[in-house]
Amino acid sequence: MAKIINLAFLAFSGGESSGGLLDVNPGLIFWVVITFVLLLILLKKIAWGPILNSLNERESFIKDSLDKAEKAQNDAEKLLEENKANLAKAEDEAQKIIEQGREYSEKLKAQLLEETKSITQKMISEATSEIERKNREAFNNLKEEVADIAINAAEKIIRTTLDKEKQTKLINDYLKDLNKN
Amino acid sequence: MEINTSNAIQDTLHQAKGDVGSDWIMHHILDSHQLDFAPFGSIQLPHLSLFGFDISITKHVVFLWIVAILLLITFKIAASAYKKSRIPHGFANFIEVLIVFVRDEIAKPTIGKGYEKFLPYLLTVFFFILFSNFIGLIPNGATVTSNISVTTTLAILSFIAVQAGGMMKNGVFGYFKGLIPSGVPAWLLPIMFIVEILGLFTKPFALAIRLFANMTAGHIVIFALIGLIFFMKTYFVAPVSVAFALFIYLLEILVALIQAYIFTMLSSLFIGMAVHQDH
Repeated sequence: MAKIINLAFLAFSGGESSGGLLDVNPGLIFWVVITFVLLLILLKKIAWGPILNSLNERESFIKDSLDKAEKAQNDAEKLLEENKANLAKAEDEAQKIIEQGREYSEKLKAQLLEETKSITQKMISEATSEIERKNREAFNNLKEEVADIAINAAEKIIRTTLDKEKQTKLINDYLKDLNKN
Repeated sequence: MEINTSNAIQDTLHQAKGDVGSDWIMHHILDSHQLDFAPFGSIQLPHLSLFGFDISITKHVVFLWIVAILLLITFKIAASAYKKSRIPHGFANFIEVLIVFVRDEIAKPTIGKGYEKFLPYLLTVFFFILFSNFIGLIPNGATVTSNISVTTTLAILSFIAVQAGGMMKNGVFGYFKGLIPSGVPAWLLPIMFIVEILGLFTKPFALAIRLFANMTAGHIVIFALIGLIFFMKTYFVAPVSVAFALFIYLLEILVALIQAYIFTMLSSLFIGMAVHQDH
């Protein structure tokens, strides 16, 4: 039996003592397994671990950076929007303040004008009454003076012409006339 | 008596092939106990055995180790670049493109959630096959991936990764239950179970054969084209042979890339199918 198998094998392999194309060599399999498993372990430690780690790290770093950049841009945009709003608000306020100031000054002006007018009016009226008073005073003074002068004159006349009755009558008439005036 | 018969048959078969056999092509494709440094001769490699097993350091074992050392050096350099800066330049950047390709184009879409666990295996397989394929394109270099033992081992490792992934996610019982699609009539269950179990094993088998055949075929064609010059014993065929061989060689560069991609892609796809059984 063994002989037949041996012969069949020889025929199949073309009679080559070194083995055919499809011969499986257990020794080689042994070495391949050992070499490959060792290679797998060593490469995993030397290369795949560090390289894949740094690849992942880099990818996550890039992703983080992109996220961060996007966030920063959003923040900046928001800030800009806020600044714009603030600026508009401030401008409005300034406008309002200017308006208020203008209004106030207008009012003040009107008030001052009014006051000045009334004061002037008062001053004018006061002056007028003063002038009147002074006038009257002066007139009274004048009247007294004139009376004095008249009396003096009468005295002189009396002294010179002693027609008493006539004289008194004359003086009375004169005084009457003076009073009328 | 037995030995005599065997020897006789062996001799007969050798004779039948004639003087201009294809032995020299097979010599370049197959594993052997010597390292060729044509035109400077060759080095004999020692025979080793452990518990009766032949574990000789053959040509393919040597190239296996060369590939492993190259991979370690390459990725040590690439990884150290990441310590200097967050964004490496030049060489490490190129390696990064390939790693990101495996991660984003292979592992992520096919496995989806939880792909990180399988990424080291997929990356190692991808670069191991890629480097092996390219080492085989260097003159005097041997293509480790054109040896069926190597591709079978890789396929078995992928198979283990697929089963382990499926069982870790769904539980051992849940995984086997999930193999059978829901809504199948009860009387079909025994047949479906057998078919699905067979399907589990055909996937890695296809993986192994695909890689092996692709990497072997190109080399054989190149050797055959060059061989035409010696078969025909004329110089006039040389330009044609060299031109065609060069074309195949360029094609092989493409195939080297594509096969590394396909093996990784399919492994990843199978892992994804085992992990997410519901679709």
